Amino acid sequence: MDLTFVVISLIKILVVFAVLMTTLAYLQWVERKVIAHIQVRPGPYRVGPHGLLQPLADVIKLLTKEDLVPPYVNKALYLAAPFLAITMALLSISVIPFGPEITVFGHQTLMQLTDLNIGVLFVLAVSSLGVYGIALAGWSSNNKYALIGGLRSSAQMISYELPMSLAIAAPLLISNTLSLHDLVMRQEGSILSWNLLHGPFPQIFSFIIFLIAAFAETNRVPFDLPEAENELVAGFHTEYSSMKFASFFMAEYANMITVSSMATLLFLGGWMAPWPEKYGSSFVPAVIFAFAGVVALYHGMHAARRRDKKTLPVFGIIFLLIAVVFVLPITQIWLIPLFWFCAKTGAILFTFMWVRGTLPRFRYDQLMGFTWKFLFPVAILNLLVTGFLVAWFS
Amino acid sequence: MDVILFLIFAIIAVVCAINVVVQTHPISSAISLVGVMGSLAVLYLLLGAEFIAAAQVIVYAGAIMVLFVFVIMLLNAGAETKKGQSTMALFLGVPLLAGLLIVMSWYLQGWFPANTTVHFGGFSLPALPGKVAESGGSAHQVGMALFTTYLLPFEVTSVLILIAILGAIVLARKEMD
Repeated sequence: MDLTFVVISLIKILVVFAVLMTTLAYLQWVERKVIAHIQVRPGPYRVGPHGLLQPLADVIKLLTKEDLVPPYVNKALYLAAPFLAITMALLSISVIPFGPEITVFGHQTLMQLTDLNIGVLFVLAVSSLGVYGIALAGWSSNNKYALIGGLRSSAQMISYELPMSLAIAAPLLISNTLSLHDLVMRQEGSILSWNLLHGPFPQIFSFIIFLIAAFAETNRVPFDLPEAENELVAGFHTEYSSMKFASFFMAEYANMITVSSMATLLFLGGWMAPWPEKYGSSFVPAVIFAFAGVVALYHGMHAARRRDKKTLPVFGIIFLLIAVVFVLPITQIWLIPLFWFCAKTGAILFTFMWVRGTLPRFRYDQLMGFTWKFLFPVAILNLLVTGFLVAWFS
Repeated sequence: MDVILFLIFAIIAVVCAINVVVQTHPISSAISLVGVMGSLAVLYLLLGAEFIAAAQVIVYAGAIMVLFVFVIMLLNAGAETKKGQSTMALFLGVPLLAGLLIVMSWYLQGWFPANTTVHFGGFSLPALPGKVAESGGSAHQVGMALFTTYLLPFEVTSVLILIAILGAIVLARKEMD
């Protein structure tokens, strides 16, 4: 273990942590905007242009709010629960690969904090420990709504973990590795070699089962019964305030990011482009950003409001500069994989928000019946067929 | 380094295990048991058995203990009250425990040679001919062992678990009718 390794690892940890925290804050802004536009209203608009400074205001509000600890709680567990939830949620990011091996100032390093040879199992293990945060928060609050919320969420997470694990096992049979880095390297080529469409058995069913289970694992609509507002006040975090409340919130969004990146890595080929580089896939990000820049510049010329005359050209120039960065050979090597990874993960994250804006909540017995009587048998069948076909063709 | 890490996590495991017995509240006992499972997983990792370590966390800490906590929460069990403590148990128990520990450590000392030290990857098996050496706890090695050497015990265990599940359903059914 030499010094350069330690320094590079520390720098990588700092970069990933800073980016992750910013993403967590802005993901909430994006979600509020997306849902607002689905419901035909503008969403956050007052703080900064288009409400862009809203996350900052929220952070200040949450930090400065009074931190109330009710007198009747089990204090040790009450304080440990949010800490546990956020730790487990942030821990799994450490094995997610964002890109291939790159060379920075002569040092070879992976675009990933660490490449475990049991990366997939590590994410599963850490996410299964995340249940404790929610269950203990519900129990230690000594409040009936919080207790029911905690009970619901632990029952739901145990039940949906089974189809999720089975859905993860099927693509692993095809890729034949547990390391997340190797998993992506084996999906190299075009969209046809991604596990989603790769033979002998395309993993479309696994992907859908994984997504449904992921919604339940992260307690999102339509499976958000642990925090069903109209029955349980706020569910397991009823008694929490200030930063403790915020850490549950952050844990939920961090889990969303982890699950989306896992779906990207397992089924959508990670950072691989949809078609080979020789057919020009590396110019796609530059073209997209250049187009966005030109559109912004054009609308800046024919501005509807006086303010747009200044803001839109500025955004246009920024987009054009980003497009230039994507064409430069030095930055292109590591920016292009990062672009594809973020694009795929972002698409799945958008699906999360889209579903929240469209679907109503499940009833509790329907929720349990759905996973045990439908999702679980389908996942077993899918795994069985995949296993037989993989054995047949190898 | 390996020995220091081993000592730290072995001590955590033992302290948590004692805590399981000492705590009066079931939830605190269950959380201590999770601590035991977690430190055991770290000890497996120290031996280079990463698959077994992950399985330990997923199965024991992530599934079984969550169910324990779930049931405790559902029954809303309160703290136990201490009653019926006999003085004889106190006087006999401590010497008997000490005697048991002495006998156990004596036998363990006899089983293992004195020069065995803890070192990273101590779980590795000798390399198969024509293959790269793998640690004994990798997914590949565990899978091979389960489906060749230990195939019959593995299958029998799965049938046993199936019987247990059916039994639980039958018992629950009886109560519903």
